[in-house]
Amino acid sequence: MADLSIDFAGIRSPNPFWVASGPPSNTAYQAHRAFEAGWGGVVWKTIGEPIVNVASRYSALHLAGMRMAGFNNIELISDRSPETNFREIAEVKRRWPKHTVIASLMVDTRERWHEFVKRSADAGADGIELNFGCPHGMCERGMGSAVGQNPDVAETIVGWVMEAATIPVIVKLTPNITNVVFAARAAKRAGADAISLINTINSITNVNLDTLVPEPFVAGRSSHGGYCGPAVKPIALNMVHACAGDPEVGLPISGIGGIATWRDAAEFVALGSTSLQVCTAIMHHGFRIVDDMKDGLSAYLDSKGMRSLADLRGRAVPHVGDWQQLDLHYKREARIDYEKCIGCNLCHIACEDGAHQCIDLVDPAPYGLGPGRVPGKPVPKVREGDCVGCNLCSLVCPVDGCITMTPVDTGRAAMTWHDYQSRLASGAMQPIPPHP
Amino acid sequence: MPIQPLIDAATAETNLAEVKRPFTPQEATTEADRCLFCYDAPCIKACPTGIDIPTFIRRIATGNLVGAARTILEANVLGASCARVCPTQMLCEGACVLVDLEHQPIRIGRLQRHATDHVAALGIDVLPAPGEPNGRRVAVIGAGPAGLGCAAELARLGYAVTVYDKKPVGGGLNTYGIALYKMRPEVSLDEVQAIARLGVAFRFGVDVGVGDEAAQLLRDHDAVFLGIGLGGANRLDIPGEDLPEVVDALDFIEGLRARPLDEVPVGRRVAVIGCGNTAIDAVTQAKRLGAEEATIIYRRGEQEMSAYPFEYELAKADGATFLFNTVPIEVISNDGHVVALTLATTDVRDGRVRVVPGSEWTQPCDLVLKAVGQEKQIGLVERLFPGLAIDAKGRVAHDPVSMQTNLPKVFVGGDAASGGREVVNAVAEGKKAARGIHASLTGEQVRGPVQPSRLGMPDGATGSGFDHPIRVHELEAALKQG
Repeated sequence: MADLSIDFAGIRSPNPFWVASGPPSNTAYQAHRAFEAGWGGVVWKTIGEPIVNVASRYSALHLAGMRMAGFNNIELISDRSPETNFREIAEVKRRWPKHTVIASLMVDTRERWHEFVKRSADAGADGIELNFGCPHGMCERGMGSAVGQNPDVAETIVGWVMEAATIPVIVKLTPNITNVVFAARAAKRAGADAISLINTINSITNVNLDTLVPEPFVAGRSSHGGYCGPAVKPIALNMVHACAGDPEVGLPISGIGGIATWRDAAEFVALGSTSLQVCTAIMHHGFRIVDDMKDGLSAYLDSKGMRSLADLRGRAVPHVGDWQQLDLHYKREARIDYEKCIGCNLCHIACEDGAHQCIDLVDPAPYGLGPGRVPGKPVPKVREGDCVGCNLCSLVCPVDGCITMTPVDTGRAAMTWHDYQSRLASGAMQPIPPHP
Repeated sequence: MPIQPLIDAATAETNLAEVKRPFTPQEATTEADRCLFCYDAPCIKACPTGIDIPTFIRRIATGNLVGAARTILEANVLGASCARVCPTQMLCEGACVLVDLEHQPIRIGRLQRHATDHVAALGIDVLPAPGEPNGRRVAVIGAGPAGLGCAAELARLGYAVTVYDKKPVGGGLNTYGIALYKMRPEVSLDEVQAIARLGVAFRFGVDVGVGDEAAQLLRDHDAVFLGIGLGGANRLDIPGEDLPEVVDALDFIEGLRARPLDEVPVGRRVAVIGCGNTAIDAVTQAKRLGAEEATIIYRRGEQEMSAYPFEYELAKADGATFLFNTVPIEVISNDGHVVALTLATTDVRDGRVRVVPGSEWTQPCDLVLKAVGQEKQIGLVERLFPGLAIDAKGRVAHDPVSMQTNLPKVFVGGDAASGGREVVNAVAEGKKAARGIHASLTGEQVRGPVQPSRLGMPDGATGSGFDHPIRVHELEAALKQG
């Protein structure tokens, strides 16, 4: 079995799976349950001056039978006292010395930051995560994303923290920003040991069409909340890649955002993450989900001949770059496997109305019976040569392996946009004619 | 001894309650979400009325139940009863592409019921308003599915329509001849009411087969639609057939509506002759009304029965027994009442049934239900419209598109034209005849609205089941050969 243990900015953890700061990491009771279930670490629910929460607090985006494809909350940081939280952290660390406990903090003044950083270390926490991302409630009081959205302010506060820090400091970044890299660079400049991202995204999940009050409903009003869950994974992956690929950042990354399976985890690692934080999937299914995350990730590494996560980490980063670096001469086309086609014709109508009009419905006679059991039913047929290779038909096709995007040899050497511009300038080639 | 009722009212209600309960809203949404929303979907082709099934299912998925019901009922005015009585496995659900993918088709029938129940429960009329009166009059003979399908479409086209039926209420087989555990007559009667609200006039209790009533109708109207269905059960032609406990299965089924269920007499040992879907309805209801034994007697083998597989399964689950390759020779009576059947074993060779000599035995029974097909009403047709052409199988000859007969003002549809098919076929043929009447009188061809899930489809290559009727099992049989 591949080795899943990690060393994250000096914090050793038996596996990369950490419970993210949030409702599942609110108490010692939950931390014990998480570690019993097999989690490698817990990032404690953010500790600060106790707040007062509202009811209700959560809402979700359900998609055609999938519950909580996206999840939204307006819950604030811990509503328990710092004393209780630090006492419980100490208790958890005594019982689970080899597991990771990170204290997530959010306070305001330099003095308070110093105090809370010291109390975290005294409690035995393995590290500190600075919550610069919470997009609701706290930001209105000058904390959370109000800090994370301003790299200069973030840099100042990280500086305060570093003055007192004796354990590794992780800066948690907000995605509610034009370019997350600027915030990551600020953290680096201020001396932070690592970054974690993404925090939740500003959101309104849905409007109740009877009351016209969005959810979550609080006495006839609602408020924008923080969006997370499977639906945000693509956004998180992009931001993780942006930080991992930026030479000025160069910090270990704790990946967060829609991680629910080992596959998600492997993708975050491949794009440069070292530890992985999970919240929504636990809120949906409980701590037990870590079992398959660990098992599946190990099996994947084994199947690829990788002995540890280090062998996978960052491997996808160089495969992503600017559009200008893509090969304009690369070509691939859709191919339909008529043995698998069930005749739903979604590829036809998607291409016809939604893309480039390259799939016809034709008489099935030349293909024998054609798809499905209804004779005389037309079959979808790709007009090869006209197909632009956009992928849409293969994405809408409900049958695995029915439509494959097959590379077509154009016989032409690779040419990037940059190459193209150079050749045009030198007169080595004529402009490519526009699509008719 | 005459047969007696066997069970109390509460047991009867339980035993004859609907087999398929309606979907809950969540079940309906979950099922609707499974639909792929095919483009030019095969389910539409397999529906004889051409309901735009993907469109109505999408409307259910989004919570637009009224819109879903409108999509259904605009294509098939008897959409509520068809949702319950259609052999969907043989039609829309049999054609569902998911059968090829995961073997579990969308449960279209139950979704259709979900939408039509919704508007029925709330009393929402979704049928389009009748057309501007065009001054023409059409008489419809028979208020069964074909007549209702024809009347509704004619009303939409602006015709003054009068429907005649000798029964006291409308709906035909839907009201009188469907097993109670499949559908209650109220569903059918609601549909008749909805059609009446389109301005269609109904004359019940009128037998146009007497005197020169039919000739008068022909004189007074621009066209006449003949939707008289089939007659009584075919005769067995065996001794004892006229004993009081030898009954048409359809009469037995109809009798379940005539009085409270705990007052319906039923035999303790019931024999049903024949093995079509009516035989199944009869044997299953006899069992549910308390018969200790209910046996299907069929002269051919299990593979040849005309009952659908799911009907066969239902009867077996209800405890009915099946005697295949068995034929009744004589009904035996004592004191004027049925006490037994003499049965014999058959041998089927080259499709011909022969009785095996010396194989006779006696099977005790006290009620015999005949379900060996219904008679064609050739005599009635000849009496109504002398000169109306009848084909070799006893069906009223007609043009398959316009449903026009050899008498230019007479159009036909339903079982009188087909010799006996599904309710949904009858509705479609009635609707087709209405369009045929309109074309014949005005020269205008009526085209269905372009359905969103088939927008832009060329007509010839595809077509809905209304234009190009497809029955999956027939096609599968054809495919096996070819």
